[in-house]
Amino acid sequence: MIAGLGAAAAPAADIGNPVVNIAIFGAFVAVTMAIVIKASRNNTSAADFYAGGRSFTGGQNGTAIAGDYLSAASFLGIAGAIAIYGYDGFLYSIGFLVAWLVALLLVAELLRNTGRFTMADVLSFRLQERPVRMAAACSTLIVCFFYLLAQMAGAGGLVALLLGVTSTAGQNITITVVGALMIMYVLIGGMKGTTWVQIIKAILLVAGAGLMTVLVLAQYGFNLSELLGAAVAREGNAGEAMLGPGAQYGASALTKLNFISLSLALVLGTAGLPHVLMRFYTVPTSREARTSVVWAIWIIGFFYLFTLVLGYGAGALVGRETILAAPGKANSAAPLLAYQLGGEVLLGIIAAVAFATILAVVAGLAITASASFAHDIYASVIKRGQVNPDAEVRVARITVVVIGAVAIVGGIFAKGQNIAFLVALAFAVAASANLPTILYSLFWPRFTTRGALWSIYGGLISCITLIAFSPVVSGKTDPATGASLSMITDTNVDFSWFPLENPGIISIPLGFFLGWLGSVTSKERGAELRAAEMEVRSLTGAGAEKAVDH
Amino acid sequence: MTTHGTPPPAGEPNAHGSTAAAGSAVRTPYQQVQDSPDFAELRTRFRRFVFPMAALFLVWYFTYVLLAAYASDFMSTKVFGNITVGLLMGLGQFLSTFIITTLYVSWANKKFDPAATALRERVESHGPLSGHVGEGGHK
Repeated sequence: MIAGLGAAAAPAADIGNPVVNIAIFGAFVAVTMAIVIKASRNNTSAADFYAGGRSFTGGQNGTAIAGDYLSAASFLGIAGAIAIYGYDGFLYSIGFLVAWLVALLLVAELLRNTGRFTMADVLSFRLQERPVRMAAACSTLIVCFFYLLAQMAGAGGLVALLLGVTSTAGQNITITVVGALMIMYVLIGGMKGTTWVQIIKAILLVAGAGLMTVLVLAQYGFNLSELLGAAVAREGNAGEAMLGPGAQYGASALTKLNFISLSLALVLGTAGLPHVLMRFYTVPTSREARTSVVWAIWIIGFFYLFTLVLGYGAGALVGRETILAAPGKANSAAPLLAYQLGGEVLLGIIAAVAFATILAVVAGLAITASASFAHDIYASVIKRGQVNPDAEVRVARITVVVIGAVAIVGGIFAKGQNIAFLVALAFAVAASANLPTILYSLFWPRFTTRGALWSIYGGLISCITLIAFSPVVSGKTDPATGASLSMITDTNVDFSWFPLENPGIISIPLGFFLGWLGSVTSKERGAELRAAEMEVRSLTGAGAEKAVDH
Repeated sequence: MTTHGTPPPAGEPNAHGSTAAAGSAVRTPYQQVQDSPDFAELRTRFRRFVFPMAALFLVWYFTYVLLAAYASDFMSTKVFGNITVGLLMGLGQFLSTFIITTLYVSWANKKFDPAATALRERVESHGPLSGHVGEGGHK
């Protein structure tokens, strides 16, 4: 999400051995596929397909959440941003972590107790079902689409960086392979298969990053201050700036405001991301949902502490100039550091882990989007609930294939474009459209259907409108070179009027305000029975969906 | 919401749940539990813990974000070696997240779960729950 993975430059990777990288990645695919096939033998019901039979333990699910959440952008991107900008890269990771407290304290358990498969289950619980489900599904699909597109485009950039594949055809084939593997995992394994892929990936990612962290620290006598000193020394006079904030965001009042807007979206967006919320249904009880978040917080927290060391380590051992000259620029910091520390083999492992990361994240997004379409739009809105679960799951499977195809085509078109902003945008939409409605539904008895619709559509439309007229889409140029930094690379096209690059600071308060305004102006009398049921269920767990007994 | 405040004894079957209109004298098991002082106590206990805790970490996080944006000189002050105030505060965010997580879990296990479980059993002792109406009928 930081520097665009898709913006990899032309020169081929001149380090590492593509055969080693591909072999390690191939082994990952083979092992996970075998596990997926084994795990999916009992996949029969809708609860199996969407929620893995609700039979994962809190520890397993927490690991899978970390695997779902830690995208290639957060691994390569944050390590790279710290290597280039120093402290400012670290700021990102803090927002990504602290955000989990919102999920832990306010959302996870209550959501597990009241929902079945999707975020919309909870939002439509005591409101008019069809319009609210439709709105929640729209927001879910849009968030998943943005996130998915960013990941798929990143896969193209990553092969240029890690495998030395720079031809357009080669990158297109890679994107197609990633999309096809994603479809296979989800079709064969459903949520169970997806979960195991995410668990294995999380273990590999954290183990790989942990190993590199120990290797880096060992070179500086396990003294963080000395490591920082080495990173500063390598940069000469400019190096001191790496120790404090401001190198990336401190340039002007506008960049500071950008940073605050982004921080707001990160901390409030996580607990509204549909693919994160859906993971809470894969455990048998709300207590296990709590345990899941606790595991996720520890894993994600330690992972970001590792990236701090890796970022400064890359700054010290590889150096900023070498990183910026490599294909993939900032994103190449972690791979270059791996090569420096452990040669071809360690680079191969890190490269394979980065690919596994993309695969696990897109699989999670695909199953979330397909569940939302089949369960919310097809079964509830189109068929008004008059559909049997088998037919619903069949629609979900077809949706997976469609989403996979869209992701492949979208990824091919988006490859090489400046679209890293899409991940930050997905967080902004989640924070503006989803989180207000989730919190109001759970905690405010007077919340009404109109409030929900205004909040979801208002948050969604304001986010997308503001970003469309922002510098990330048109009119941003590099002051030094005059090259375009926007999605539309033609520098003559400039229709931007919204100065910020993240809409959160406007759209998040707007989403909360519209939810309140819609509710207080509505004459709707709440469904008292459903409201009582929702409140009692959410806190006590009575009547919550049980695990599937095989 | 003006009906009797005392629920019937636990275990008494309530066959009227699915037909009871809002505000009528017949209360569903869920409404009976919602009306009970035990549930009010559980809700208050939950909110008294999570809301202040959420406010606390959000204020601490945004203080940190604002300092990073507008007080970069202060944040760049070295405390010892190359360790700056900003780095210590950032690591402090990690630490506070871990601490709040641990506090919440121990509170939930000790103070919240037993009371929630008792109430859940009271609802479920009413037999099949009437509450599944409106789930769309496609179960």
